[in-house]
Amino acid sequence: MGIIVKVDICTGCEACVTECPFGAMEMNGEVATPSEKCTLCGACAEVCPVYAIEITEEQANAPAVDLAAYKGMWVFAEQRGGKVVPVAYELLGEGRRLADALQTELCAVLLGTGLDEEAKALIAAGADKVYLYEDPLLNEFHEDAYADVLAELINGHKPEIVLAGATSIGRAFVPIVASRVRTGLTADCTMLGVDLEKRMLLQTRPAFGGNIMATIVCPGYRPQMATVRPGVMKRAASDPSRKGEIIKSSPASPLTSMTKLLDVIEEAGHTVNLSEAEIIVAGGRGMGDEKGFNLLKELADALGGVMGASRAAVDAGWIPYPHQIGQTGRTVSPKIYFACGISGAIQHLAGMQSSDVIIAINKDASAPIFSVADYGIVGDVFEVLPLLTKAVKERKGRS
Amino acid sequence: MNIAVCVKQVPDTSEVKIDPETGTMRREGVPSILNPFDSYAVEEAIRLKETNGGKVTAVTMGPPQAGDVLRDVVAMGVDEVMLLSDRAFAGADTWATSYTLGLGLKQAGPLDLVICGKQAVDGDTAQVGPGIAENLGIPFVAYVRKIEEIKDGVMRVQRLIEDGYEVVEVKLPAVITVVKEINSPRMPSLKGKMKAKKIEIKTLDAAALGAVPGNIGLAGSPTKVVKVFTPPPKGKREVIEGAPAEQVAKLIDRLSESKII
Repeated sequence: MGIIVKVDICTGCEACVTECPFGAMEMNGEVATPSEKCTLCGACAEVCPVYAIEITEEQANAPAVDLAAYKGMWVFAEQRGGKVVPVAYELLGEGRRLADALQTELCAVLLGTGLDEEAKALIAAGADKVYLYEDPLLNEFHEDAYADVLAELINGHKPEIVLAGATSIGRAFVPIVASRVRTGLTADCTMLGVDLEKRMLLQTRPAFGGNIMATIVCPGYRPQMATVRPGVMKRAASDPSRKGEIIKSSPASPLTSMTKLLDVIEEAGHTVNLSEAEIIVAGGRGMGDEKGFNLLKELADALGGVMGASRAAVDAGWIPYPHQIGQTGRTVSPKIYFACGISGAIQHLAGMQSSDVIIAINKDASAPIFSVADYGIVGDVFEVLPLLTKAVKERKGRS
Repeated sequence: MNIAVCVKQVPDTSEVKIDPETGTMRREGVPSILNPFDSYAVEEAIRLKETNGGKVTAVTMGPPQAGDVLRDVVAMGVDEVMLLSDRAFAGADTWATSYTLGLGLKQAGPLDLVICGKQAVDGDTAQVGPGIAENLGIPFVAYVRKIEEIKDGVMRVQRLIEDGYEVVEVKLPAVITVVKEINSPRMPSLKGKMKAKKIEIKTLDAAALGAVPGNIGLAGSPTKVVKVFTPPPKGKREVIEGAPAEQVAKLIDRLSESKII
């Protein structure tokens, strides 16, 4: 493995220096030279106009396992309080598409007891099989017990691909499973595809706060595992007449855990889940103070949406941290995102730019938020928001 | 308590600016810093040491210059540091990184607690913390926003979830990842800065860790990056002109035309 710059071919154009996402390419005289920060991502090789850069792979990536022994597309159907969460249905929608392309079966994995109806709903949403693993401990989330069971099921059934939602649960225990079964895991994907010939899952995810996208594969190990950001994939349509098989299993002796859940506390103003909200009305420094956020609340209520905020507004104490959107807060992808008085720092954009439609309202026409917005209104939020709330109410009143 | 923190040197993303014309990232001259989420891990470890006694060891994997972040955390109050550095570690994905850090942590002696930031701001994967727990064979709790109590080898924490938080007890030793809400990291003290200047950074390579060659670096990494690209500019970027009332009316029209509302 390594990177080779052919010094006789390099023209010193510095295209790779600009392109390198890791700032790892430096000019050494007239020749580009990778520094130790290099991750061998290959961005430089792709941009080089004279093909002077090569990423070499000494080991020819001989598969570490018998790839053909692994069959089927799995979706981890996360449940909370006995209800399967929306992202699981989104994964079934996407999983169905990929499983059909690969001509393989789509299976859901469901953990917990009293979930027969939920299992049927998963079949209606596209699953051919549901592996329902029953033990009362699994009704609540325990990192170790969830990891033990999923790893055991994977080792027993050898699926080709395993998808899970990039939720606080999925992101916590799926990496333990991948470490244990010795395979690759790609975090927080926003796009999936397949290379039919090599049966490889093409996993695309944002990095660097969404400023670059990386497509990642897992050529030599199975299963190919990915967590997928909620709200990005299209949810499967439910067809109650679909037929499927529910395969139940349970442990020989009751499961135990090194963790114990004592209490679950839903926070005030936080009862609506930002990551699953369809409409988010978010405010930033430009909202001036806490009172400014009342204007946002009125619009959010009129639209049936949820309030969000930039870090600046949270740090100023205008709204609690659970509403914070961006790199140090939540990542969201609603159908509509209103950014009001938000300038659009890169850390904020990282948390919201995969929203379907972005509407920006800001005084400053040069604010970076306008570069990701579908519709921009250059204006005073204190003038625009009340008018907008009124217009939305009128429209709703008519329909 | 014998506590370890895992830290990472990352590019300072707050220095990264977007070119408003092209929508691409301007990366020139971006300095390297301690991953911001790791500063919460370091702060929490130091607080626990101050309350319960013991020591804090910081571990990082990276090229020799990653030693800079180890000096930064010593200035905050970390006692010992360990740099895992070897050309053979280059190109490691989260699997190989977790494996390598796990080996380093085993050399940090019997540990009561390992604290990591919830994720690194360059990769945003949040996979190394749980991966380390698996490599150490100890329990893991993600997204901790408060440590309530440590008593008789059991730690009670608040774990952040989508719509609130859960109170969880975990048996020690354990690995946790922490979120921003947990504390406000301290500034380095003068005494700390003096110590940071003088501290000898213990550096361990693959051989010193007893690492299996097939498990480290690019060779040990199941995932491969096949393509890196700048996302196509998002957004129609339509600026709606007019007086406020007019702007609002036009916006409502656009949204209803596309059946958004």
